[in-house]
Amino acid sequence: MKETKDHAALAEVFNADEPRVNWHDETLWFIRQKRDKAAHTVADWELLRETASQIKHNVLSNLHDYLLQFEANAKANGIIVHWAADAAEHNRIVHAILQKHKVDRMVKSKSMLTEECHLNEYLEENGIEVIDSDLGERIVQMAKEPPSHIVLPCIHKKKEEIGDLFHEHLGTPAGMADPQVLTEAARQHLRETFLTRRAALTGVNFAVAETGEFVICTNEGNADMGAHLADVHIACMGIEKIIPKREHLGVFLRLLARSATGQPITTYSSHFKKPREGHELHLVLVDNGRSIQLGREDFRNSLKCIRCGACMNTCPVYRRSGGHSYHTAVAGPIGAILAPNLDMKKNADLPFASTLCGSCSNVCPVKIDIHDQLYKWRQVIVKEGYADTKKTLGMKAMTQAFASPATFQLAGKAGRWFMRNVPFAVNNKLNPWYKQREMPAPPKESFGEWYLKNRKKRDE
Amino acid sequence: MSSRDSILAAVARNQPERIPLPEIPAFFTEEADVLEKFTTVAVSIGSRVFRVQSLEEVKQVLLEEHSGARRIVSAFPEFAAVAETTIAPGIDPHTLADLDLAVLPAQLGVAENGALWVTDAQLPLRVLPFICQHLALVVPQKNIVPLMQQAYEVIGAQEYGFGTFVAGPSKTADIEQSLVLGAHGARTLSVFLLE
Amino acid sequence: MTVGLFIPCYVDQFYPNAAIATLELLEKLGVNVVYPSRQTCCGQPMANSGFEHLTKESNNQFIENFRDFDYIVAPSGSCVLHMKEHLHSGKYPNETEAMRGKVYELIEFLTDILKVDKLKARFPHKVGLHQSCHGQRGLKLAQMSELVAPAFSKPEQLLSMVEGLELIELTRKDECCGFGGTFCVAEEAVSVKMGKDRVMDHLQHEAAYITGADMSCLMHMEGILRRQKSSVKVVHIAEILNAQEI
Repeated sequence: MKETKDHAALAEVFNADEPRVNWHDETLWFIRQKRDKAAHTVADWELLRETASQIKHNVLSNLHDYLLQFEANAKANGIIVHWAADAAEHNRIVHAILQKHKVDRMVKSKSMLTEECHLNEYLEENGIEVIDSDLGERIVQMAKEPPSHIVLPCIHKKKEEIGDLFHEHLGTPAGMADPQVLTEAARQHLRETFLTRRAALTGVNFAVAETGEFVICTNEGNADMGAHLADVHIACMGIEKIIPKREHLGVFLRLLARSATGQPITTYSSHFKKPREGHELHLVLVDNGRSIQLGREDFRNSLKCIRCGACMNTCPVYRRSGGHSYHTAVAGPIGAILAPNLDMKKNADLPFASTLCGSCSNVCPVKIDIHDQLYKWRQVIVKEGYADTKKTLGMKAMTQAFASPATFQLAGKAGRWFMRNVPFAVNNKLNPWYKQREMPAPPKESFGEWYLKNRKKRDE
Repeated sequence: MSSRDSILAAVARNQPERIPLPEIPAFFTEEADVLEKFTTVAVSIGSRVFRVQSLEEVKQVLLEEHSGARRIVSAFPEFAAVAETTIAPGIDPHTLADLDLAVLPAQLGVAENGALWVTDAQLPLRVLPFICQHLALVVPQKNIVPLMQQAYEVIGAQEYGFGTFVAGPSKTADIEQSLVLGAHGARTLSVFLLE
Repeated sequence: MTVGLFIPCYVDQFYPNAAIATLELLEKLGVNVVYPSRQTCCGQPMANSGFEHLTKESNNQFIENFRDFDYIVAPSGSCVLHMKEHLHSGKYPNETEAMRGKVYELIEFLTDILKVDKLKARFPHKVGLHQSCHGQRGLKLAQMSELVAPAFSKPEQLLSMVEGLELIELTRKDECCGFGGTFCVAEEAVSVKMGKDRVMDHLQHEAAYITGADMSCLMHMEGILRRQKSSVKVVHIAEILNAQEI
């Protein structure tokens, strides 16, 4: 993946193989359908979403106190709490814990935060081997790629490609692409990993201020296998993962898996409150731009996200451009409203990678106004000067043209004015519209002209 | 200023005006029989469900289902003849690597999602329900609640070091969305609804 | 009741028949309709591209053109949604709210204000309905598939009054067509792929016409249909509701 290409260019590359785009689209649409089915089993689904959204709203408005409450309770439970202002500090903290325990091999379960912080690369540079234990993450790790989806990391990979990777790395027979057989091979390989690693790192789905416990949801059981077998468990979380009370889990756990995969709940929802007797449990609270986003009135709701991935599965653009086209740890619509906060210049293209269809906001289990935020980010990005010059000039010309009704009305034959003044209406090979679409055929007269002839007498 | 203090200061500065915590509404619950509902959902997520009247019955079913099991661990003393029932909390969890079957009590079950709640009150070792090849959980029928909301009402302020909801066998669909049971945890889950 | 007719710029220039049908349909229903001639654009193409700050002039013009009408009606969900959500003016700060409240997309004006319950229209063809996102999710012309909520559809309600019309089912009943304003050229590859997929859904269900309340979506799909040399046509919903075909 070349960092210099923007979403549109990367999406064009992805679209070079149309059957594969169809396959990717259908696979994700299938998950959207499973989500619909699961949501419809809950008669008051919309009330549940609204409640979750309001709880998160309260969290954002009281985050300071909840963080303090959580920290105090977690410490009382025997958890060692760390604070990291940014990705670099987060990585240093994790590294220091491993060094203290003389650990040079670690097993990790899914944590998008560590992807955001590029922890694996950092630890590898420091001589520490990291093995991702979520099957999808292990697969992309073997392929030396980042995850393309926050819940389904290797959704872009075909089973034959996974078979090739397993043949190379795990010694499965050449050409073997049966998911059952491949999963069994991964089970054996990772079981050996779980049994031999002395440190395990996990993400966090929810952290409860009231009790100082945190919850990790997995289907595979990899977070639990790692954490309960290792001497040291390090859990990393963004500061926005706090929820006020334990009973609120009864709201969020009903929403998370149904929205993510259409399951009624993940196989395991594990509540970690205290370290195992004689072992260390570390928790790293990471800011990395979240407190800045909290201060952006138009965008702070993005921090409500519970990382279910439903907005990606429903997004018609994501389904047809693939997660890697977003060139950021969190792809899709939610990624496109989170990423500009971290680096506006580098991610200036992402809020434009949407038709603003609004499907994302309406599948979102915590009712984040994702598509409205995409619209608002566009305004900010243009004002901050990150729009490309060609587009700026085009827009200014178009505005100028529209500003004068006289020019618009008297430009002569229908269509001509439009074709001259609207960026997508140029009928030649350089026009991206015309590449795969015909231009509308200009009629004999515009409606304005027709109206002058046929209704003028009644007007004004 | 430490990172802790600077983060907290930035959060305090940037958080919006306080919005009250909403009352959690009483969510809709079906009239239907919770045991029936639990069974349907649990089976749909890959669990095997048995209604039984005694632990003896549990034992019979399990010995038949897992006749090849060489190593069984159970938290029920009633299983002493066929299983290790006195696992000390202090032992190295790695020694359970060859465990075929774990038979444990669950505190409660949830009809809407087929999940069962287990804490370290039932677990001599946290890794037990994950590291075993096969898992069996026994829950009293009267402890099946309709929704997660009621589950957390029952859990309340319960004290535990670790607790988990287990819903079905370990699974993954990471390879082309093909569902495979038996990812890293138990390959099967047998649920016994005890009268 | 006097209605100011707002005709989106590209409809004026390329699809006058949709505008004429809108005008005639409203007149048939007894509405006094006026088309202020100095109108140009609602400003949405600029605003959706991040240039909302450049839309001051078009906003002021819009207010000057339409403030005296009881209602403002446009045959475009997209433009209307933009007005409802983003119309603002430093020059007329006190008028924007009232303006936002009286702008209506044609379909909702027919069902909610005129409360049309029968139409004299005939269109004996198999028709696929394309729900534009701004009309459906934005203006709530129909229930969206994302929500767990009762189904309804204002355009289908009207189309069911048209004699001879056979509405086809779609596999994905409310997926975006990929037009998206400047998205259609800025993200050409994805835009076209979305359009092709949407068109295919209609073709697979044997539509002879694809209709909808937003001509921009239809323009995009028409571009794809014509490139594929398909005989399937696009037609604005106003043209069907106003059709007298024998």
